[in-house]
Amino acid sequence: MDRDPHVCVMGEDVGHYGGSYKVTRGLADKYGDLRVLDTPIAENSFTGMGIGAAMTGLRPIIEGMNMGFLLLAFNQISNNCGMLHYTSGGQFTIPVVIRGPGGVGRQLGAEHSQRLESYFQSIPGIQMVACSTPYNAKGLMKAAIRSENPVILFEHVLLYNLKERIPDEEYICNLEEAEMVRPGEHVTILTYSRMRYHVMQAAKTLVNKGYDPEVIDIRSLKPFDLHMIGNSVKKTHRVLIVEECMRTGGIGASLTAAITENFHDYLDAPIVCLSSQDVPTPYAGTLEEWTVVQPAQIVTAVEQLCQ
Amino acid sequence: MALWFAKSRTIIHHLKREVGFMGVFHQNIWTSSSSSSYMQPGPLSSIFPFNSSQRFKSTKAASQHEHLYSTDDDGGDNSQADITYPPFSEEKAEGLDFPGGNVACISEMRFLSESTGMRIPCYSVLDGNGEIIVGSDYEQLSEEIAVKMYTSMVTLQMMDTMFYEAQRQGRISFYMTSTGEEAISIAAAAALTADDIILPQYREPGILLWRGFTIEEFASQCFGNKDDCGKGRQMPNHYGSKKLNFVTISSPIATQLPQAVGVAYSLKMDKKDACVVTYTGDGGTSEGDFHAALNFAAVTEAPVVFICRNNGWAISTNISEQFRSTYLFSCLLRLPFSFSCKGSPCTKPITLSGTIQCFFLSAFLSLGDGIVVRGRAYGIRSIRVDGNDALAVYSAIHTAREMAISEQRPVLVEALSYRVGHHSTSDDSTKYRSVDEIEYWKKVRDPVNRFRKWVERNGWWSEEEESELRSSMKKQLLQAIQVAEKTEKPPLKELFSDVYDVPPPNLREQEKQLRETIIRYPQDYPSDVPL
Repeated sequence: MDRDPHVCVMGEDVGHYGGSYKVTRGLADKYGDLRVLDTPIAENSFTGMGIGAAMTGLRPIIEGMNMGFLLLAFNQISNNCGMLHYTSGGQFTIPVVIRGPGGVGRQLGAEHSQRLESYFQSIPGIQMVACSTPYNAKGLMKAAIRSENPVILFEHVLLYNLKERIPDEEYICNLEEAEMVRPGEHVTILTYSRMRYHVMQAAKTLVNKGYDPEVIDIRSLKPFDLHMIGNSVKKTHRVLIVEECMRTGGIGASLTAAITENFHDYLDAPIVCLSSQDVPTPYAGTLEEWTVVQPAQIVTAVEQLCQ
Repeated sequence: MALWFAKSRTIIHHLKREVGFMGVFHQNIWTSSSSSSYMQPGPLSSIFPFNSSQRFKSTKAASQHEHLYSTDDDGGDNSQADITYPPFSEEKAEGLDFPGGNVACISEMRFLSESTGMRIPCYSVLDGNGEIIVGSDYEQLSEEIAVKMYTSMVTLQMMDTMFYEAQRQGRISFYMTSTGEEAISIAAAAALTADDIILPQYREPGILLWRGFTIEEFASQCFGNKDDCGKGRQMPNHYGSKKLNFVTISSPIATQLPQAVGVAYSLKMDKKDACVVTYTGDGGTSEGDFHAALNFAAVTEAPVVFICRNNGWAISTNISEQFRSTYLFSCLLRLPFSFSCKGSPCTKPITLSGTIQCFFLSAFLSLGDGIVVRGRAYGIRSIRVDGNDALAVYSAIHTAREMAISEQRPVLVEALSYRVGHHSTSDDSTKYRSVDEIEYWKKVRDPVNRFRKWVERNGWWSEEEESELRSSMKKQLLQAIQVAEKTEKPPLKELFSDVYDVPPPNLREQEKQLRETIIRYPQDYPSDVPL
C-alpha cells in the first residue's frame, strides 16, 4: 500500500477493527478510511465493487471475513472477475486479490470451516495460491497484488499465529511456483497450507523409520507447478497427496489427474490421495480432528506406498 | 369506481395546469440548479401529503384511500393501516439516544402505511404533441444537440429493426431491441460527458451510438468477427468499449450495480470530474445486488447515477409480479382500452376517448410504488421521469450528474417506459400480453415521434431530411450487415488469449492439442476462422 497508491483494501471490519484475524490491523489509521474500506455485509456486492474499482485502475484487495462467506460472491467471482478480461476482448483488466481465512479451525462449525479451493478451481481466468508460512504469505501477497490477473489467496485460520524470521528487504514469491520443503528420494509428498505441518511432523517419524520423503508445498493451486512436481515424480516414482479439502472434486483429484496424464510412465505405484471425508465439518472437537488428515495416517500411507 | 375516476380526472387537470409541482416534493432536498426554480407548495400539497416537513393527519388522503381499496368483504380491522402521519409537535417530543442518533418518541401507536396513497408523479416536459408543457423546468437544448439526439434515436430504431430481421433470417444468433426506450439511453448519453463511465444492463446501445460507436462496429460485434473489439467472445448486443467508457456487458442481471459503486469509489479516490451511470431494468431491482449497491453507494457517498428503466416487463413477468404495487394499477397496465379490471368492485368496462386516455394512462402508469420510492429508504435522492420524453430525460440526467459530482452522492432515476419489442429474439411477447397493448405503445407513445414533433416545431427538422436520413441509414445498415457477415472470424489463438495476461502452460498445451486435432481433421474445421 505504501508503494502504490492504487492499492486499497475492502471487506467487513477491515478498517478500525483491523479485520477478523487482524490481518489489516493498523492500516486504516495509516492510510485512511477510503483506502481501507469497511463494507456493509453483502459479499457478492463488495466483491462486485472491487471488480468495478479494479476495472477503473485501482488494485483492491477484497477480504472475505471467512473464506466460506465468499460462496455468496461466487457469481461475481465466476461470471465477472474471471471472465471480463476475456469477454471484453482484453480491454478491461481485473487485478484484484481476493483473500481470506479458510480451512478447518478449532471447533468453528461447518459453515466456518469451508475449503473453497475445490469449488473455485474450475473458474477460468483466475489464479489460486495458498500460503503456508510467514515468508511465503508475504511473498505471495505482494506478487498477487502486482499481478494483472485476479488472484485468490487462501490463508488458513490456524496459521495466523506462526512466527518466522523473514528478510527485511523486499522480495516476492512466484505465483506459479511450488516450494521444495524437504528434498528426498523415496516418495513425493504433495501438500499445501496447513497440511504441510502435518506432513512435516509425519516426515520426522518417517525419517526415524528409515524413509526419505520429498515434501513439496505446491502453493500454486491453479495452475499447478507441474515442472517441479514432474521432476520430483521422475526421481521418486511414488506420489502421495495430502490435502485438507474434501475428496470429491478436490484439489487432490485434479492433481492426480494432471500427474497421471503427464507422468504416467514414471509412476511405480498408483497415486495415493489423503483428503478429508465428504462430510460437513462437525463441531465436536474429537470428530473434527478425525475429518482432517493426521500425521499417523500419512506415515501409514507412505509405508504402504513404499512396499 | 366511477367516482374514483372522476376524482382522478380532476387530479389530472391539476397536473396539467399546475406549475412546478416538483417543488412540492423536493423542496427540502432539491437544491436549485441554473434552470430549475424553487417553487412554493401549491394547492397540490394537500392532495400529495408526501412533503416530509408537513406531516399531518390527512383525512382527505384517508378517504381517498378508502375509495381506492373498498374492503367490503374484508372482515378485518384495518384501522391501524391508515394512511396517516403521526402528529409531530415539538413540545411533546422527548428524544432518546439510540445507535444511529437521537429519536423523538410518541406515545400514540402509529404504523407507517405501506403506501402513501397517491403515487409519485413523473417528471415530464413534452406532451404527446411535442409541445412543451407551459412552465416546465428543463435544460435548453441547442439545435445541434437536439438534431443529433433525434437522428441517433432514428438510427437506433432502424438498427434494431434490421438487426432483429437479420436474426430472424438466421444470419446472427441473437439480438435484443431497445424499441420504445430509445430516449432513455440517447437523451441520457447526450446529457453526460465522454468521461462519465457507463455500466449498462443490455438495453442501452443508444449510449454507444451517441458516443461514436459505428454501425460497422455494432455489426461486427453481433457477427463476432475479427473487427469486433471484444474479439468475438460475447453474445450479440453485449457490447463493450474501453475508449468510449462503456464497460463490456455481462449477462447476469444487476451484477453491474455494485461494480458501478466500485468504479465511482475509484473516481472519488482520484477526485475526477466525472460520475458513473449504471442501468438496470425493473426486474433487476429484485436482485440482491440492487439493494446492496444502493446501500453501499449511499454509505460510501459514491458519485453514481442509478437509472432504472421501468418498462413494465421482465421477460414475461409483469411489474405487478415483480414488486408490490397496486393491483388496480397493474390491471390498467394490461388493458389500456377498456377498464374492466378483475377483482375490482366495478366490472363494467369503461372506455374513454383516445386523447383523454392518453393523459389518463400517462398519469396512472406513472402511479405505482415502483422503484423511485426505494431510493429514500437508502438515503438516496431520487426522481421519477417519463422515460419516453427525451427532453425530460435529458434534463433529469443533466441535473442528476451535477448533483452526483458536486455533492459526491448517489442519485436514483426511475425512467418509466414500455418495452415495445420482445425481450429478445428468443421471446414472443404476444404469448403473455395483448397485441393491442403493444400496438398502442408503439404507435401512440413512441418516444421518437414525440421528440420529432418538438424538433420539427422548432424548425430544426423537415420531411426531406427525414426521408433522406432513413434511406441512407437503411443502405448503411444493410451494407454493414453484409460486410460483417462476410468478414473472417477472430483467429484461433484468440480462443486462448486474454484468459490471463499471458497464456499459462496448461492453456498453451490445450491450444497445441487443438491445432493437432485440426491438422488431422481439416474437413471438420470451419473455413472462416483463420488458424
